[in-house]
Amino acid sequence: MAQIFPKWTNETPKMLAAGGGVASVFVVFAFYMWASPWHTDVGYKPRQPVQYSHLLHAGRLELDCRYCHSFVERGPMAGVPSTQTCMNCHLQVKPKSALLAPVRDSWASGESIPWLRIHKLPDYAFFDHSAHVGVGVGDNRAAIGCESCHGRVDEMEVVKQVKPLSMSWCVDCHSNPEPNLRPVEAITKMGWTPGPGWAEKASKIVKTLAPPGSISRVHQVNAQGEPIIVAAYGCNGCHR
Amino acid sequence: MATAMETALPNDPKIRGDIVLPDLPVGREELIRGNHSFHEITEIVCRVNEAPILATPKPFIFGIMLAGSVFAMFGGYIGYLYWEGPGIWGNNNPVGWAWDIVNFVFWVGIGHAGTLISAILYLFRQKWRTSINRYAEAMTIFAVLAASACVALHTGRIWMDYYLFPLPNQMGLWPNFRSPLEWDVFAVNTYLLVSLLFWFTGLVPDFATLRDRTTVTWRRLFYGSLAMGWRGSHRHWVTYEKAYQILAAFSAPLVLSVHTIVSFDFAVSQLPGWHTTIFPPYFVAGAIFSGFAMVQTLMLPARAWLGLKDIVTVKHIENMNKIILLTGSLVGYAYAMEFFVAAYSGNDYEGFTFLNRMGGPYWWAYWIMVSCNVITPQLFWFRKIRTSVAASFILSIFVNIGMWFERFVITVTSLHRDALVSSWEYFVPVTEVLFLLGTFGLFFFCFLLFVRFFPVIAMSEVKGVLPQANPHWEGYHKGEGHGHGTAEGAGGH
Repeated sequence: MAQIFPKWTNETPKMLAAGGGVASVFVVFAFYMWASPWHTDVGYKPRQPVQYSHLLHAGRLELDCRYCHSFVERGPMAGVPSTQTCMNCHLQVKPKSALLAPVRDSWASGESIPWLRIHKLPDYAFFDHSAHVGVGVGDNRAAIGCESCHGRVDEMEVVKQVKPLSMSWCVDCHSNPEPNLRPVEAITKMGWTPGPGWAEKASKIVKTLAPPGSISRVHQVNAQGEPIIVAAYGCNGCHR
Repeated sequence: MATAMETALPNDPKIRGDIVLPDLPVGREELIRGNHSFHEITEIVCRVNEAPILATPKPFIFGIMLAGSVFAMFGGYIGYLYWEGPGIWGNNNPVGWAWDIVNFVFWVGIGHAGTLISAILYLFRQKWRTSINRYAEAMTIFAVLAASACVALHTGRIWMDYYLFPLPNQMGLWPNFRSPLEWDVFAVNTYLLVSLLFWFTGLVPDFATLRDRTTVTWRRLFYGSLAMGWRGSHRHWVTYEKAYQILAAFSAPLVLSVHTIVSFDFAVSQLPGWHTTIFPPYFVAGAIFSGFAMVQTLMLPARAWLGLKDIVTVKHIENMNKIILLTGSLVGYAYAMEFFVAAYSGNDYEGFTFLNRMGGPYWWAYWIMVSCNVITPQLFWFRKIRTSVAASFILSIFVNIGMWFERFVITVTSLHRDALVSSWEYFVPVTEVLFLLGTFGLFFFCFLLFVRFFPVIAMSEVKGVLPQANPHWEGYHKGEGHGHGTAEGAGGH
């Protein structure tokens, strides 16, 4: 009987195996990509309407972050400074600079400068800056520093996103906030390193934190009767 | 084309399967009746697959169109469900699981008979399985497909079904590995994969037979691709037997494990009526019970229509009825034991749940279940009934109905009476009947395609249990047989 299939079909099992291998590598790669910083906008660095340098202001001049982002301790948004904040200094400092022309235009017309927002969370994720830069009372007070999430802004000419802002990134810290805690006095300090005894204090403080939404973990105690874990971990902590 | 096929078909009506010997009373008779040669077995089985497309019998065309329409309706129903959400069902506050899960458990259970026949009976060297295993395995696969459809649709947000699988993602979210529902995902997928491999491995030599016999180009390509270069050489057979045994060993534990895990969906919860250690064995027995009933429902008409009465004899039917009797009795025992445990535990909630099953708002479902599942199989104690084709068919339908109601009773009656009286609610289905019907459409559409294009009997295995397959067959000494064999086998006459 004549052959039904040409001879190359003998290789189909190998080809299928190779194809299957390639396909599975592709699937793994696709998921890896999806979870990667590339997907999560790390490195997003838009061109701002004003050539403002954080390196100069926050770095060399050592302006406190809160001078411009003044609501960070009081509300959910840290806030973008108004033109008036800029003009507090720039009426005196370099009042004729060409780089500051858009700021002076805004000052004259009353129209806001259209700053571009870099760190953006989805609408369904609730986030409050004030809860992160200072929680607890009295001796048990601690905070997450600006640089933990925003990176070394004092070294950036133009600010870019350095952390993925993905859910797993949030949850990783919420399940183990201890390494990121610092004293409230040091929230805006860039390149902060914990002093002696801080680690013990942080691990003590962390046990007392019970922000809203930690339905699954709050009030849980270990065998010694000490409260365990900490920061909001229940779904409704962020998805309200 | 038609004339070519007619000449290919032998005129001997016995070979054609038209004339079938009357069913004998039961005894230690031959597994395959009619004293067929190897070649005649091939003819009987391939006849169905080799009929030209245009010569497909009218009733078959009608059947596949009916099943196809119902399947298409199911597609529309899925679209409706996608658009509207599970609000198109009658599920309400305490009854969060209803027909979606009932249908799922029903279909998964049915699959178990196929695996039992193909794997466990194989490992126990039960030669009678060869006549029915192909059929039953196909039933398993299509039943698991129907079950997968149910479980994929019951999630409500069907576009999020990929959440069932542990895929890496930026949310750092994983399925809850401590949940039996997640174990179920793995159990059912493993089951589908192993069953499919097992079924296909057994089919390869038979595909090669069809490939070698056909004269039509597309069939040669179709069966040729499926046969994967099978030549029937000694080395092929040695490899085949090894692969088959390994797959049988893989499948055998699945008969017990898959439905055990399905029962965990209920048993691991804290709900009275579900939280019972008896569930795993009880579910497995029920699964095999319902599966054998479904094999009977499918096989008895096919056996008559396809002229397979010599291959699937009354002996086979009787054997299966005996298994139905055994597993049906186990199920009946489990029903009784549930009541005993509820009474013996002295737990008020447990006691209420079971009394409520019997006499509560769903008393009718309970009694349908009991009469179909407990009383029906007991009739098989009578040889007259278990060797009667008509009685077996009718009773198998009753068992199918009863086993569907068993899952309904377990799921819905346990849920509809919550711990808070204010939450008590009566569940009434809205569009769910179309859901159940749709899964039947899916099942029968696949099954009819299988019957038309795949060999419904494992030819090579059936030939292996013929008397001629025994090297010491007396026919060889009498000079009646020709010792040499081809891929198709030598004729004994």
